[in-house]
Amino acid sequence: MTVQALRPSDVWLRWLSALSFLAVWAVAAKLAQAPLLPGPGAVAMALVKLTASGQLPLDLGITLLRVAASFAFAMAAGAAIGIAMGRSRRLDAFFDLWLVLGLNIPALVIIYLCYIWGGLTEVAAIVAVGLNKVPNTATILREGARAVDRELLQVADVLRLPRLRRLRLVYLPQLYPYFMAATRSGLSLIWKIVLVAEFIGRSNGVGFRLNVYFEFFDITNILAYSASFIAVVLAAEAWLIRPLERRLTGWRA
Amino acid sequence: MNALEVEIRRKAYRREGREVAALTDLAFAIPPGQFACIVGPSGCGKTTLLSIIAGLDRDFEGPVRRPAAASRLGMVFQTPRLMPWLSVRENVRLALDPPPRQESRAEELLREMQLGALLDAYPSQLSGGQQRRVALARAFVRDPELLLLDEPFQSLDAPTAQHLRDLLLALWARRRPTILFVTHDLREALSLGDRVLFLSAGPGRVVFDLPVDLPRPRDIESAAIDALRKRLLESYPDLLRGLAAASSAESAA
Repeated sequence: MTVQALRPSDVWLRWLSALSFLAVWAVAAKLAQAPLLPGPGAVAMALVKLTASGQLPLDLGITLLRVAASFAFAMAAGAAIGIAMGRSRRLDAFFDLWLVLGLNIPALVIIYLCYIWGGLTEVAAIVAVGLNKVPNTATILREGARAVDRELLQVADVLRLPRLRRLRLVYLPQLYPYFMAATRSGLSLIWKIVLVAEFIGRSNGVGFRLNVYFEFFDITNILAYSASFIAVVLAAEAWLIRPLERRLTGWRA
Repeated sequence: MNALEVEIRRKAYRREGREVAALTDLAFAIPPGQFACIVGPSGCGKTTLLSIIAGLDRDFEGPVRRPAAASRLGMVFQTPRLMPWLSVRENVRLALDPPPRQESRAEELLREMQLGALLDAYPSQLSGGQQRRVALARAFVRDPELLLLDEPFQSLDAPTAQHLRDLLLALWARRRPTILFVTHDLREALSLGDRVLFLSAGPGRVVFDLPVDLPRPRDIESAAIDALRKRLLESYPDLLRGLAAASSAESAA
Protein backbone atom coordinates (compact mmCIF):
# COMPACT_ATOMS: atom_id res chain seq x y z
CA MET A 1 0.00 0.00 0.00
CA THR A 2 2.90 2.36 -0.56
CA VAL A 3 2.22 5.55 -2.40
CA GLN A 4 4.05 5.58 -5.66
CA ALA A 5 6.55 8.41 -5.93
CA LEU A 6 5.18 11.17 -8.10
CA ARG A 7 7.08 12.32 -11.10
CA PRO A 8 7.99 16.00 -10.74
CA SER A 9 5.87 16.79 -13.78
CA ASP A 10 2.86 15.28 -12.01
CA VAL A 11 3.19 17.23 -8.76
CA TRP A 12 1.12 20.13 -10.12
CA LEU A 13 -1.67 17.65 -10.78
CA ARG A 14 -1.78 16.94 -7.06
CA TRP A 15 -2.12 20.63 -6.28
CA LEU A 16 -4.74 21.06 -8.96
CA SER A 17 -6.65 18.14 -7.49
CA ALA A 18 -6.64 19.66 -3.99
CA LEU A 19 -7.64 23.09 -5.23
CA SER A 20 -10.48 21.78 -7.38
CA PHE A 21 -11.80 19.81 -4.40
CA LEU A 22 -11.96 23.02 -2.38
CA ALA A 23 -13.55 24.82 -5.35
CA VAL A 24 -16.25 22.18 -5.83
CA TRP A 25 -16.98 22.32 -2.10
CA ALA A 26 -17.14 26.13 -2.09
CA VAL A 27 -19.44 26.27 -5.11
CA ALA A 28 -21.73 23.58 -3.71
CA ALA A 29 -21.97 25.46 -0.40
CA LYS A 30 -22.71 28.72 -2.21
CA LEU A 31 -25.48 27.11 -4.26
CA ALA A 32 -27.00 25.32 -1.27
CA GLN A 33 -26.99 28.47 0.88
CA ALA A 34 -27.89 26.23 3.81
CA PRO A 35 -26.45 25.91 7.32
CA LEU A 36 -26.22 22.15 6.67
CA LEU A 37 -23.39 22.63 4.15
CA PRO A 38 -20.91 25.28 5.30
CA GLY A 39 -18.17 26.29 2.85
CA PRO A 40 -14.42 25.82 3.33
CA GLY A 41 -14.03 29.37 4.60
CA ALA A 42 -16.50 28.90 7.44
CA VAL A 43 -14.89 25.60 8.40
CA ALA A 44 -11.44 27.19 8.42
CA MET A 45 -12.71 29.96 10.71
CA ALA A 46 -14.21 27.40 13.06
CA LEU A 47 -10.93 25.50 13.03
CA VAL A 48 -9.02 28.61 14.08
CA LYS A 49 -11.51 29.42 16.83
CA LEU A 50 -11.54 25.87 18.21
CA THR A 51 -7.76 25.75 18.20
CA ALA A 52 -7.41 29.11 19.90
CA SER A 53 -9.81 28.13 22.67
CA GLY A 54 -7.67 25.06 23.36
CA GLN A 55 -10.61 22.70 23.13
CA LEU A 56 -9.68 21.07 19.83
CA PRO A 57 -5.99 20.43 20.71
CA LEU A 58 -7.10 18.90 24.01
CA ASP A 59 -9.65 16.57 22.40
CA LEU A 60 -7.24 15.66 19.65
CA GLY A 61 -4.47 14.95 22.15
CA ILE A 62 -6.67 12.69 24.27
CA THR A 63 -7.86 10.77 21.21
CA LEU A 64 -4.27 10.37 19.99
CA LEU A 65 -3.21 8.99 23.36
CA ARG A 66 -6.02 6.44 23.17
CA VAL A 67 -5.00 5.53 19.63
CA ALA A 68 -1.40 5.04 20.74
CA ALA A 69 -2.33 2.88 23.73
CA SER A 70 -4.81 0.74 21.79
CA PHE A 71 -2.35 0.35 18.95
CA ALA A 72 0.48 -0.74 21.25
CA PHE A 73 -1.78 -3.24 22.97
CA ALA A 74 -3.14 -4.62 19.67
CA MET A 75 0.30 -4.97 18.09
CA ALA A 76 1.86 -6.66 21.11
CA ALA A 77 -0.99 -9.11 21.68
CA GLY A 78 -1.66 -9.73 17.99
CA ALA A 79 1.99 -10.29 17.16
CA ALA A 80 2.48 -12.71 20.04
CA ILE A 81 -0.58 -14.74 19.04
CA GLY A 82 0.18 -14.62 15.32
CA ILE A 83 3.83 -15.62 15.65
CA ALA A 84 2.97 -18.47 18.01
CA MET A 85 0.37 -19.73 15.55
CA GLY A 86 2.68 -19.34 12.58
CA ARG A 87 5.34 -21.41 14.30
CA SER A 88 3.22 -24.25 15.60
CA ARG A 89 0.95 -26.26 13.35
CA ARG A 90 -1.04 -27.51 16.32
CA LEU A 91 -1.66 -24.10 17.86
CA ASP A 92 -2.68 -22.91 14.43
CA ALA A 93 -5.15 -25.74 13.91
CA PHE A 94 -6.63 -25.18 17.34
CA PHE A 95 -6.95 -21.40 17.38
CA ASP A 96 -7.75 -20.82 13.72
CA LEU A 97 -11.48 -20.87 14.42
CA TRP A 98 -11.07 -18.38 17.27
CA LEU A 99 -9.26 -16.08 14.90
CA VAL A 100 -12.04 -16.33 12.33
CA LEU A 101 -14.57 -15.51 15.04
CA GLY A 102 -12.49 -12.56 16.20
CA LEU A 103 -12.12 -11.22 12.69
CA ASN A 104 -15.87 -11.22 12.22
CA ILE A 105 -17.24 -9.84 15.49
CA PRO A 106 -18.66 -6.38 14.74
CA ALA A 107 -16.58 -3.63 16.31
CA LEU A 108 -19.66 -2.23 18.01
CA VAL A 109 -20.33 -5.52 19.82
CA ILE A 110 -16.79 -5.65 21.18
CA ILE A 111 -17.08 -2.07 22.37
CA TYR A 112 -20.42 -2.68 24.09
CA LEU A 113 -19.19 -5.85 25.76
CA CYS A 114 -16.02 -4.18 27.02
CA TYR A 115 -17.99 -1.28 28.51
CA ILE A 116 -20.52 -3.66 30.06
CA TRP A 117 -17.90 -5.92 31.58
CA GLY A 118 -15.27 -3.29 32.36
CA GLY A 119 -17.41 -0.27 33.14
CA LEU A 120 -17.21 3.06 31.32
CA THR A 121 -13.50 3.38 32.05
CA GLU A 122 -10.43 4.45 30.14
CA VAL A 123 -8.98 0.93 30.27
CA ALA A 124 -12.18 -0.59 28.91
CA ALA A 125 -12.14 1.91 26.03
CA ILE A 126 -8.54 1.18 25.12
CA VAL A 127 -8.99 -2.57 25.38
CA ALA A 128 -12.16 -2.39 23.29
CA VAL A 129 -10.44 -0.50 20.49
CA GLY A 130 -7.34 -2.69 20.65
CA LEU A 131 -9.31 -5.95 20.65
CA ASN A 132 -10.82 -4.99 17.33
CA LYS A 133 -7.36 -4.99 15.82
CA VAL A 134 -5.81 -8.03 17.54
CA PRO A 135 -7.21 -10.72 15.19
CA ASN A 136 -6.12 -8.75 12.15
CA THR A 137 -2.56 -8.27 13.47
CA ALA A 138 -2.42 -11.94 14.42
CA THR A 139 -3.48 -13.01 10.93
CA ILE A 140 -0.84 -10.87 9.24
CA LEU A 141 1.97 -11.88 11.60
CA ARG A 142 0.99 -15.54 11.33
CA GLU A 143 1.60 -15.25 7.60
CA GLY A 144 4.98 -13.70 8.36
CA ALA A 145 6.01 -16.38 10.82
CA ARG A 146 5.07 -19.06 8.29
CA ALA A 147 7.20 -17.42 5.63
CA VAL A 148 10.33 -17.26 7.80
CA ASP A 149 13.32 -18.63 5.91
CA ARG A 150 14.58 -21.72 7.70
CA GLU A 151 17.86 -21.62 5.81
CA LEU A 152 18.73 -18.28 7.39
CA LEU A 153 17.84 -19.63 10.83
CA GLN A 154 20.27 -22.48 10.17
CA VAL A 155 22.98 -19.91 9.61
CA ALA A 156 22.18 -18.50 13.05
CA ASP A 157 22.38 -22.05 14.44
CA VAL A 158 25.77 -22.71 12.89
CA LEU A 159 27.04 -19.40 14.25
CA ARG A 160 25.61 -20.35 17.66
CA LEU A 161 24.12 -16.87 17.98
CA PRO A 162 22.84 -15.97 21.43
CA ARG A 163 19.03 -15.81 21.59
CA LEU A 164 18.71 -12.06 21.61
CA ARG A 165 21.04 -11.47 18.66
CA ARG A 166 19.35 -14.22 16.73
CA LEU A 167 15.97 -12.62 17.36
CA ARG A 168 17.14 -9.10 16.56
CA LEU A 169 19.33 -9.76 13.53
CA VAL A 170 17.96 -12.91 11.93
CA TYR A 171 14.37 -13.60 12.98
CA LEU A 172 12.59 -10.27 13.43
CA PRO A 173 13.91 -8.58 10.29
CA GLN A 174 12.07 -11.22 8.30
CA LEU A 175 8.86 -10.09 9.99
CA TYR A 176 9.36 -6.33 9.55
CA PRO A 177 7.40 -6.13 6.27
CA TYR A 178 4.53 -7.89 8.03
CA PHE A 179 4.78 -5.56 11.03
CA MET A 180 4.60 -2.63 8.64
CA ALA A 181 1.54 -4.03 6.89
CA ALA A 182 -0.14 -4.62 10.26
CA THR A 183 0.80 -1.10 11.36
CA ARG A 184 -0.75 0.54 8.33
CA SER A 185 -3.99 -1.42 8.30
CA GLY A 186 -4.08 -1.25 12.09
CA LEU A 187 -3.82 2.49 12.36
CA SER A 188 -6.48 3.08 9.74
CA LEU A 189 -8.81 0.72 11.61
CA ILE A 190 -8.04 2.14 15.06
CA TRP A 191 -8.45 5.77 13.94
CA LYS A 192 -12.01 4.96 13.01
CA ILE A 193 -13.01 2.72 15.87
CA VAL A 194 -11.58 4.94 18.59
CA LEU A 195 -14.16 7.60 17.71
CA VAL A 196 -16.99 5.11 18.14
CA ALA A 197 -15.65 4.01 21.51
CA GLU A 198 -15.38 7.65 22.57
CA PHE A 199 -18.87 8.68 21.68
CA ILE A 200 -20.35 5.62 23.36
CA GLY A 201 -18.42 5.69 26.60
CA ARG A 202 -16.10 8.67 27.13
CA SER A 203 -16.72 12.29 27.97
CA ASN A 204 -13.87 13.81 25.98
CA GLY A 205 -11.94 13.23 22.78
CA VAL A 206 -12.81 13.77 19.13
CA GLY A 207 -15.51 11.09 19.05
CA PHE A 208 -17.32 12.49 22.08
CA ARG A 209 -17.18 16.05 20.67
CA LEU A 210 -18.47 15.00 17.24
CA ASN A 211 -21.47 13.43 18.91
CA VAL A 212 -22.17 16.61 20.86
CA TYR A 213 -22.06 18.70 17.66
CA PHE A 214 -24.23 16.14 15.90
CA GLU A 215 -26.90 16.61 18.53
CA PHE A 216 -26.86 20.36 17.81
CA PHE A 217 -26.69 19.81 14.03
CA ASP A 218 -23.49 21.88 14.13
CA ILE A 219 -22.04 20.78 10.77
CA THR A 220 -19.38 23.49 10.69
CA ASN A 221 -17.69 22.23 13.83
CA ILE A 222 -18.11 18.60 12.78
CA LEU A 223 -16.25 19.36 9.57
CA ALA A 224 -13.62 21.36 11.44
CA TYR A 225 -12.95 18.41 13.74
CA SER A 226 -12.86 16.03 10.75
CA ALA A 227 -10.39 18.25 8.93
CA SER A 228 -8.04 18.38 11.91
CA PHE A 229 -8.33 14.63 12.31
CA ILE A 230 -7.50 14.00 8.65
CA ALA A 231 -4.52 16.34 8.96
CA VAL A 232 -3.20 14.36 11.92
CA VAL A 233 -3.57 11.05 10.06
CA LEU A 234 -1.73 12.37 7.02
CA ALA A 235 1.01 13.86 9.21
CA ALA A 236 1.45 10.55 11.03
CA GLU A 237 1.75 8.78 7.68
CA ALA A 238 4.36 11.19 6.36
CA TRP A 239 6.48 11.75 9.48
CA LEU A 240 6.04 8.52 11.40
CA ILE A 241 5.03 5.55 9.27
CA ARG A 242 6.99 6.24 6.12
CA PRO A 243 10.31 7.05 7.82
CA LEU A 244 9.86 3.95 9.98
CA GLU A 245 9.23 1.87 6.90
CA ARG A 246 12.30 3.28 5.18
CA ARG A 247 14.39 2.42 8.21
CA LEU A 248 13.14 -1.12 8.58
CA THR A 249 12.86 -2.21 4.97
CA GLY A 250 15.22 0.22 3.25
CA TRP A 251 17.57 -2.61 2.30
CA ARG A 252 15.03 -3.74 -0.29
CA ALA A 253 15.51 -0.64 -2.41
CA MET B 1 42.80 -30.38 18.57
CA ASN B 2 41.32 -33.82 17.92
CA ALA B 3 40.31 -35.56 14.75
CA LEU B 4 36.84 -35.28 13.29
CA GLU B 5 35.32 -38.73 13.80
CA VAL B 6 32.10 -39.70 12.13
CA GLU B 7 30.31 -43.02 12.62
CA ILE B 8 26.77 -42.61 11.43
CA ARG B 9 25.02 -45.95 11.63
CA ARG B 10 21.77 -44.73 10.20
CA LYS B 11 20.05 -41.53 9.20
CA ALA B 12 16.56 -41.72 7.74
CA TYR B 13 13.94 -39.29 6.53
CA ARG B 14 10.20 -39.62 6.67
CA ARG B 15 8.73 -39.06 3.26
CA GLU B 16 5.00 -39.52 2.72
CA GLY B 17 4.79 -41.65 5.83
CA ARG B 18 7.58 -44.00 4.76
CA GLU B 19 11.12 -44.09 6.07
CA VAL B 20 13.80 -43.47 3.50
CA ALA B 21 17.40 -44.15 4.51
CA ALA B 22 19.67 -41.24 3.62
CA LEU B 23 22.91 -42.54 5.14
CA THR B 24 23.91 -45.97 6.43
CA ASP B 25 27.16 -47.09 8.10
CA LEU B 26 28.97 -43.98 7.07
CA ALA B 27 32.28 -43.83 8.92
CA PHE B 28 35.49 -41.89 8.51
CA ALA B 29 37.95 -39.84 10.51
CA ILE B 30 39.76 -36.69 9.41
CA PRO B 31 42.95 -35.80 11.30
CA PRO B 32 43.41 -32.18 12.41
CA GLY B 33 44.44 -29.80 9.67
CA GLN B 34 43.62 -32.14 6.81
CA PHE B 35 41.80 -30.91 3.71
CA ALA B 36 39.31 -33.66 2.85
CA CYS B 37 36.91 -33.61 -0.07
CA ILE B 38 33.70 -35.59 -0.29
CA VAL B 39 32.48 -36.59 -3.71
CA GLY B 40 29.31 -38.41 -4.59
CA PRO B 41 26.40 -38.47 -6.99
CA SER B 42 23.56 -36.08 -6.29
CA GLY B 43 21.08 -37.38 -3.74
CA CYS B 44 23.68 -39.45 -1.92
CA GLY B 45 23.26 -37.49 1.31
CA LYS B 46 26.25 -35.13 1.17
CA THR B 47 24.32 -32.15 2.44
CA THR B 48 22.66 -34.28 5.12
CA LEU B 49 26.09 -35.42 6.26
CA LEU B 50 27.31 -31.83 6.64
CA SER B 51 24.14 -30.84 8.51
CA ILE B 52 24.78 -33.65 10.98
CA ILE B 53 28.42 -32.70 11.48
CA ALA B 54 27.44 -29.05 11.92
CA GLY B 55 24.95 -30.04 14.62
CA LEU B 56 21.96 -28.77 12.64
CA ASP B 57 20.46 -32.23 12.41
CA ARG B 58 20.42 -34.30 15.60
CA ASP B 59 18.07 -37.02 14.43
CA PHE B 60 20.49 -39.85 13.57
CA GLU B 61 22.13 -42.90 15.11
CA GLY B 62 25.81 -43.15 15.92
CA PRO B 63 28.50 -40.93 17.37
CA VAL B 64 29.98 -37.85 15.70
CA ARG B 65 32.94 -36.21 17.41
CA ARG B 66 33.88 -32.74 16.28
CA PRO B 67 37.42 -31.52 16.77
CA ALA B 68 36.43 -28.01 17.75
CA ALA B 69 34.34 -26.24 20.29
CA ALA B 70 31.06 -25.19 18.71
CA SER B 71 32.26 -21.61 18.52
CA ARG B 72 35.12 -22.61 16.23
CA LEU B 73 32.93 -24.09 13.51
CA GLY B 74 32.66 -22.44 10.11
CA MET B 75 30.20 -23.43 7.43
CA VAL B 76 29.61 -22.36 3.85
CA PHE B 77 26.32 -23.45 2.35
CA GLN B 78 25.40 -24.22 -1.24
CA THR B 79 23.86 -20.77 -1.54
CA PRO B 80 25.45 -17.78 0.20
CA ARG B 81 22.62 -17.40 2.72
CA LEU B 82 23.46 -13.81 3.60
CA MET B 83 21.00 -11.75 5.61
CA PRO B 84 19.53 -9.42 2.97
CA TRP B 85 18.83 -6.70 5.57
CA LEU B 86 22.42 -6.56 6.81
CA SER B 87 25.25 -4.85 4.98
CA VAL B 88 28.29 -6.83 3.86
CA ARG B 89 30.18 -5.70 6.94
CA GLU B 90 27.31 -6.56 9.29
CA ASN B 91 26.87 -9.98 7.71
CA VAL B 92 30.45 -10.85 8.54
CA ARG B 93 30.31 -9.26 12.01
CA LEU B 94 27.36 -11.54 12.72
CA ALA B 95 29.87 -14.36 13.12
CA LEU B 96 31.88 -12.50 15.78
CA ASP B 97 31.03 -12.81 19.44
CA PRO B 98 30.93 -10.33 21.06
CA PRO B 99 30.05 -8.17 18.06
CA PRO B 100 32.80 -5.59 17.48
CA ARG B 101 31.87 -1.91 17.66
CA GLN B 102 34.68 -0.66 15.47
CA GLU B 103 36.78 -1.80 12.57
CA SER B 104 37.85 -5.33 13.25
CA ARG B 105 38.96 -8.51 11.67
CA ALA B 106 35.74 -8.51 9.63
CA GLU B 107 36.76 -5.45 7.62
CA GLU B 108 40.34 -6.63 7.37
CA LEU B 109 39.25 -9.93 5.88
CA LEU B 110 36.77 -8.31 3.50
CA ARG B 111 39.49 -5.98 2.21
CA GLU B 112 41.77 -8.96 1.70
CA MET B 113 39.02 -10.49 -0.39
CA GLN B 114 38.72 -7.34 -2.52
CA LEU B 115 35.40 -6.36 -1.00
CA GLY B 116 36.73 -3.24 0.70
CA ALA B 117 34.67 -0.94 -1.53
CA LEU B 118 31.46 -2.81 -0.77
CA LEU B 119 31.53 -2.86 3.04
CA ASP B 120 28.25 -1.00 3.35
CA ALA B 121 26.49 -2.52 0.34
CA TYR B 122 23.55 -4.85 0.79
CA PRO B 123 23.72 -8.42 -0.60
CA SER B 124 21.15 -7.64 -3.29
CA GLN B 125 23.62 -5.16 -4.76
CA LEU B 126 26.37 -7.77 -5.14
CA SER B 127 27.12 -10.23 -7.92
CA GLY B 128 26.86 -13.96 -7.24
CA GLY B 129 30.64 -14.27 -6.89
CA GLN B 130 30.80 -11.34 -4.47
CA GLN B 131 28.02 -12.81 -2.35
CA ARG B 132 29.94 -16.07 -2.10
CA ARG B 133 33.05 -14.22 -1.06
CA VAL B 134 31.08 -12.59 1.76
CA ALA B 135 29.80 -16.02 2.78
CA LEU B 136 33.39 -17.28 2.83
CA ALA B 137 34.48 -14.28 4.88
CA ARG B 138 31.69 -14.98 7.36
CA ALA B 139 32.98 -18.53 7.79
CA PHE B 140 36.67 -17.50 7.93
CA VAL B 141 36.31 -14.59 10.33
CA ARG B 142 35.88 -16.82 13.36
CA ASP B 143 39.16 -18.48 12.60
CA PRO B 144 37.46 -21.89 12.54
CA GLU B 145 39.10 -25.13 13.56
CA LEU B 146 36.60 -27.05 11.49
CA LEU B 147 35.36 -25.69 8.20
CA LEU B 148 32.49 -27.35 6.36
CA LEU B 149 31.81 -26.36 2.77
CA ASP B 150 28.86 -27.61 0.74
CA GLU B 151 29.51 -27.16 -2.98
CA PRO B 152 30.33 -23.55 -2.25
CA PHE B 153 31.52 -22.62 -5.73
CA GLN B 154 28.99 -24.32 -7.94
CA SER B 155 27.29 -22.34 -10.69
CA LEU B 156 30.07 -19.76 -10.74
CA ASP B 157 32.09 -19.02 -13.87
CA ALA B 158 35.46 -20.77 -13.99
CA PRO B 159 37.76 -17.79 -13.19
CA THR B 160 35.60 -16.68 -10.24
CA ALA B 161 35.44 -20.22 -8.87
CA GLN B 162 39.23 -20.54 -9.23
CA HIS B 163 39.78 -17.24 -7.46
CA LEU B 164 37.65 -18.41 -4.54
CA ARG B 165 39.43 -21.77 -4.42
CA ASP B 166 42.74 -19.92 -4.18
CA LEU B 167 41.37 -17.82 -1.32
CA LEU B 168 40.27 -20.94 0.48
CA LEU B 169 43.66 -22.60 0.02
CA ALA B 170 45.42 -19.46 1.24
CA LEU B 171 43.34 -19.45 4.40
CA TRP B 172 43.95 -23.13 4.92
CA ALA B 173 47.70 -22.70 4.44
CA ARG B 174 47.75 -19.90 7.03
CA ARG B 175 45.50 -21.29 9.76
CA ARG B 176 45.33 -25.00 9.04
CA PRO B 177 41.71 -25.70 9.94
CA THR B 178 40.33 -29.16 9.32
CA ILE B 179 38.31 -28.87 6.12
CA LEU B 180 35.50 -30.98 4.79
CA PHE B 181 34.65 -29.89 1.27
CA VAL B 182 31.67 -31.41 -0.51
CA THR B 183 31.54 -31.29 -4.28
CA HIS B 184 30.23 -33.31 -7.20
CA ASP B 185 33.12 -32.16 -9.39
CA LEU B 186 35.91 -34.75 -9.27
CA ARG B 187 38.43 -32.36 -10.82
CA GLU B 188 37.75 -29.77 -8.13
CA ALA B 189 38.15 -32.41 -5.41
CA LEU B 190 41.45 -33.63 -6.82
CA SER B 191 42.80 -30.11 -7.13
CA LEU B 192 41.95 -29.18 -3.54
CA GLY B 193 42.08 -32.17 -1.22
CA ASP B 194 44.74 -34.09 0.66
CA ARG B 195 42.25 -36.84 0.37
CA VAL B 196 39.01 -37.61 -1.44
CA LEU B 197 36.18 -39.69 0.08
CA PHE B 198 33.76 -41.17 -2.41
CA LEU B 199 30.18 -41.73 -1.32
CA SER B 200 27.87 -44.26 -2.91
CA ALA B 201 24.48 -43.37 -4.33
CA GLY B 202 21.87 -43.05 -1.55
CA PRO B 203 21.81 -44.28 1.11
CA GLY B 204 25.31 -42.90 1.18
CA ARG B 205 28.33 -44.55 2.69
CA VAL B 206 32.07 -44.26 2.01
CA VAL B 207 32.97 -46.60 -0.82
CA PHE B 208 36.46 -45.37 -1.57
CA ASP B 209 39.06 -43.37 0.29
CA LEU B 210 41.73 -41.89 -1.96
CA PRO B 211 44.81 -40.06 -0.68
CA VAL B 212 45.88 -37.36 -3.14
CA ASP B 213 49.60 -36.67 -2.95
CA LEU B 214 49.97 -34.41 -5.97
CA PRO B 215 52.34 -31.54 -5.14
CA ARG B 216 50.86 -28.12 -4.37
CA PRO B 217 50.08 -25.64 -5.77
CA ARG B 218 47.91 -27.58 -8.17
CA ASP B 219 46.20 -26.37 -11.29
CA ILE B 220 42.69 -27.69 -11.82
CA GLU B 221 43.28 -27.69 -15.58
CA SER B 222 46.63 -29.50 -15.35
CA ALA B 223 47.41 -32.73 -17.17
CA ALA B 224 48.30 -34.46 -13.89
CA ILE B 225 44.82 -33.95 -12.46
CA ASP B 226 43.21 -34.88 -15.71
CA ALA B 227 45.26 -38.07 -15.91
CA LEU B 228 44.46 -39.00 -12.32
CA ARG B 229 40.79 -38.43 -12.97
CA LYS B 230 40.81 -40.56 -16.13
CA ARG B 231 42.66 -43.35 -14.36
CA LEU B 232 40.13 -43.34 -11.53
CA LEU B 233 37.19 -43.44 -13.88
CA GLU B 234 38.73 -46.31 -15.83
CA SER B 235 39.80 -48.34 -12.81
CA TYR B 236 36.58 -47.94 -10.86
CA PRO B 237 33.82 -47.51 -13.40
CA ASP B 238 31.11 -48.93 -11.13
CA LEU B 239 32.23 -47.03 -8.08
CA LEU B 240 32.05 -43.71 -9.78
CA ARG B 241 29.23 -44.29 -12.21
CA GLY B 242 27.16 -41.39 -10.92
CA LEU B 243 30.10 -39.05 -11.27
CA ALA B 244 31.36 -40.38 -14.57
CA ALA B 245 27.97 -39.73 -16.12
CA ALA B 246 28.02 -36.18 -14.80
CA SER B 247 31.57 -35.54 -15.99
CA SER B 248 31.09 -36.94 -19.48
CA ALA B 249 27.98 -34.82 -19.83
CA GLU B 250 30.10 -31.84 -18.84
CA SER B 251 32.83 -32.55 -21.38
CA ALA B 252 30.25 -33.18 -24.07
CA ALA B 253 28.68 -29.79 -23.39
